Amino acid sequence: MLRARNVIKDTSAGYGAVSRWLHWLMAIAIFAMFALGWWMVELTYYSPYYTSAPNLHRSVGIVLTAVLVLRFFWRIANVKPDDAELSPFERRASHWVHWGFYALLLALMISGYLISTPDGRPIEVFGLFNVPSLIQQKGLADTAGWIHWGLAYFVIALAIIHSAAALKHHFADHSSILTRMWSGPPST
Amino acid sequence: MKLRVTYFALIAGYLAAAAPAYATEYVIDTKGAHASINFRIKHLGFSWLAGRFDTFSGGFVYDDKKPEASTVNVEIDVASINSNHAERDKHLRSADFLDAAKFPKATFVSKSVSPKGDGKATIAGDLTLRGVTKPVIIEAQFIGGGDDPWGGFRQGFEGSTTLTLADFGIPDKLGPASKTVELALHVEGVKK
Repeated sequence: MLRARNVIKDTSAGYGAVSRWLHWLMAIAIFAMFALGWWMVELTYYSPYYTSAPNLHRSVGIVLTAVLVLRFFWRIANVKPDDAELSPFERRASHWVHWGFYALLLALMISGYLISTPDGRPIEVFGLFNVPSLIQQKGLADTAGWIHWGLAYFVIALAIIHSAAALKHHFADHSSILTRMWSGPPST
Repeated sequence: MKLRVTYFALIAGYLAAAAPAYATEYVIDTKGAHASINFRIKHLGFSWLAGRFDTFSGGFVYDDKKPEASTVNVEIDVASINSNHAERDKHLRSADFLDAAKFPKATFVSKSVSPKGDGKATIAGDLTLRGVTKPVIIEAQFIGGGDDPWGGFRQGFEGSTTLTLADFGIPDKLGPASKTVELALHVEGVKK
């Protein structure tokens, strides 16, 4: 089927370029950030990456927070592509997973921010600008750390379920759900 | 009015006489924060990283006529470690260092006090940190004591000791220049 890659906004038949770029960029970033986080916390004090890896993780995290907010507003400003082919259960499940991603990612990002900032220090983003500390509280970094750790695994688990569902629809159901996220809505 | 003052003086005199003269108990003034447990450890061998434990409590028994009979005990809330950096403190509380979740308290209990004259003394005692109890020696120095301006009676000391991290099972994460940590103790006690 011929697909229109240059449609900007979403249509009832599929996702526009902005949604698709946001989706795949965040998909890559989320898995990369999980891997980076998992690796960096085990670095030894004398590793050359001991300071640079967390700096990269924080910087990307702040940028992703902005992207998430942008994506949220883009989502509510656009029509939702048609999901009539889904069963009522699948529709409900996908609804929860999609909005769950927004809520969990936002919580993940806020908790990450709170690990680094409760002593009043800002987060330096790629050495370009600072995101200031808003809440100063003793011991907050520890609580935020546990939440960040737990949410990270939760988000990855959800992403795996989400990917498995997409692959199931693509290969088992021969639906266009995966293709329309990759290639955009069909040309009219 | 005059009668009341007399009664007060009588009662106060009676209370003072009832207190044992040989061993006066003091509460370490953590309430007014006239006490601190500070530490410093070498950073890469290039400089000193300083920090402290914000929360602790304790007391001592002290008589300037009989300093060898003195005792001191302190309990430290390990999680209150404060090096003025939230992420570092989080790391210091973790199992990589102090494992504060598993070992929330550190304690020091003196076993003997050996006066060396000139207000100096060597305090030998047991320090329990990260679940390990080891004997430590604190070199102590009397700073001053007497009536405070608010009706209390105080004595103040400072002390220092050096701990080897490995002795207390603290993993070696910081490199060859940072195997020991120096403690600087500043203690002011208010008479009970």
